[in-house]
Amino acid sequence: MYAQLVKSEGKSQAELTPEDIAFQERIDRGEKIEPKEWMPEGYRKTLIRQIGQHAHSEIVGQLPEGNWITRAPTLERKQILLAKVQDEAGHGLYLYCAAETLGVSRDQLLEKLHSGEMKYSSIFNYPTLTWADMGAVGWLVDGAAIMNQVPLQRTSYGPYSRAMIRICKEESFHQRQGYAIMMKMATGTPEQKRMAQDALNRLWYPSLMMFGPSDKDSVHSVQSMAWKIKMNSNDELRQKFVDQTVPQAEYLGLTVPDPNLKWNEEKGGYDFSEPDWDEFYQVLKGNGPCNKERLGARVKAWEDGAWYRDAMVAHAKKKAARAVAAE
Amino acid sequence: MPSLPDMMTPDAEGLARQAGQGGAHAPAADADQDAFVEFLLRMGDNALILGHRNSEWCGHGPVLEEDIAMSNIALDLIGQTALWLGLAGEVEGKGRSADDLAYLRDAWDFRNLLLVERPNGDFGATLMRQFLFDAFHFLQLRALTGSADPRVAEIAQKALKEVSYHLERSAEQVIALGDGTAESHARMQAALDDQWGYAQEMFASDATDVTMAAAGIAPDPASLRKPWDDTVDAVLAQATLKRPESSFAHKGGKQGTHTEHLGYILAEMQFLQRAYPGASW
Ligand SMILES: [Fe+2]
Ligand SMILES: [Fe+2]
Repeated sequence: MYAQLVKSEGKSQAELTPEDIAFQERIDRGEKIEPKEWMPEGYRKTLIRQIGQHAHSEIVGQLPEGNWITRAPTLERKQILLAKVQDEAGHGLYLYCAAETLGVSRDQLLEKLHSGEMKYSSIFNYPTLTWADMGAVGWLVDGAAIMNQVPLQRTSYGPYSRAMIRICKEESFHQRQGYAIMMKMATGTPEQKRMAQDALNRLWYPSLMMFGPSDKDSVHSVQSMAWKIKMNSNDELRQKFVDQTVPQAEYLGLTVPDPNLKWNEEKGGYDFSEPDWDEFYQVLKGNGPCNKERLGARVKAWEDGAWYRDAMVAHAKKKAARAVAAE
Repeated sequence: MPSLPDMMTPDAEGLARQAGQGGAHAPAADADQDAFVEFLLRMGDNALILGHRNSEWCGHGPVLEEDIAMSNIALDLIGQTALWLGLAGEVEGKGRSADDLAYLRDAWDFRNLLLVERPNGDFGATLMRQFLFDAFHFLQLRALTGSADPRVAEIAQKALKEVSYHLERSAEQVIALGDGTAESHARMQAALDDQWGYAQEMFASDATDVTMAAAGIAPDPASLRKPWDDTVDAVLAQATLKRPESSFAHKGGKQGTHTEHLGYILAEMQFLQRAYPGASW
């Protein structure tokens, strides 16, 4: 997901204080936790990690699609793509603001992104090689994000929940525009069809990886689920994603690159192959095809912009001083 | 070598006579229509190429809010492109769509100002270019809202709302950066000096401009000089930047003689349409 392998900081049953217990009861009752209210340190820290990682994913996620803005094939496609990538920047903004309510500044979080201490979603370390990737990213990547973010609208932390509500409204547009591109490609010329199939071939497994490793290997899920900052298990969401996406691929006339894909009547869902988890861990370690480019682009934007940010601050100070002097 | 074409041409005089005929016999209305198309291409191409340049910043801005604002401006400009080029195709009457015009013309058929095809440079240089253009664009559109052609007036009305905001924003930023730190001041002064000569092309009227002005369709750009100077001087004063003294103008874009940069913009922008002709996207 946009937040993968988030380490949660729970306590053992014996360590729980009366406040911890009362806090958990509030969550169990479905109450929202607001910034000024008491919360366990572990809850706060885990949320900062998760929301921060989510925010980073939004802004790094601008890059693979940003890669095609100047090459978009029509004026309309250019506008739609630009608006979409701009939305992602907006999502980053909402989420950094949500994180700030937990006592961490945007600059602090960005520093951790740039130093490599904080991660972003593995998916954005894959390249976008043809125009069909603009379709496949919207369809699959935004589609996978929606799977996770719709339930997160009910998360226990108020500002996070409200950010998710705003974001989800825009995500469905993202997925639709992606699918519309795929539709054009899949019903287009032989070259376009080939691009569409190639995009699906390359992005299918990385999309499945977005949900994170299997629950049996996911050590932090239990605490996060109790706190309602993780709403569903990784496997549950992955299954839902596959079940939703396979018929969409069939409708496009494209083949999901999985020879083991088969409808399982008994479980009422598809059986499918796991992605290559070794590849997933390699990508997280920095060895994905575009890790260096993606993080490098973010660091460069930040460093190149330092003089600009300094100047804005300096001007604001001068202006304030002049206003005081004029009084 | 200069005499080679003459030596190779069996009947140079005859050829010359033939070449002159097309224009001489064309009815005045056609000439007006050609000028009208030319004017609309200038409007559309300025918006397209500047929008393209601005969109290069998407995901790379110095701060998230500015990344979003820059994309917004790019979006407005691409939207305006579709309207101007759409009308250009309609007036031209050869069945060319806005996309055909954007994606299937070569550089020499582009009519944008040289200023807007200049590489972005740093974020300050991008904002300086934007400001110099916005100050002109705003005045131009304001005048166009009173155009004798209602279709032009309608597009101008819509675009003016957007461009008023662009100007407000770029002026603010030029002031802030000029008045910011020693470094930002130096960068902005350099950007201004660098772009000044290109900005002057905006006011260089040619036959097309004169025809459009006479028909009441568009203002003569030379007439926008004075109010542009007023806006620019006021903003530069607040920005503590020095207006360059040179009045030299780099020209040619409006007539299709561009800098080397435009070819690369088009190579990138038009890639898919060129590589897969006739495909629908
Ligand atoms: Fe998003
Ligand atoms: Fe999205």
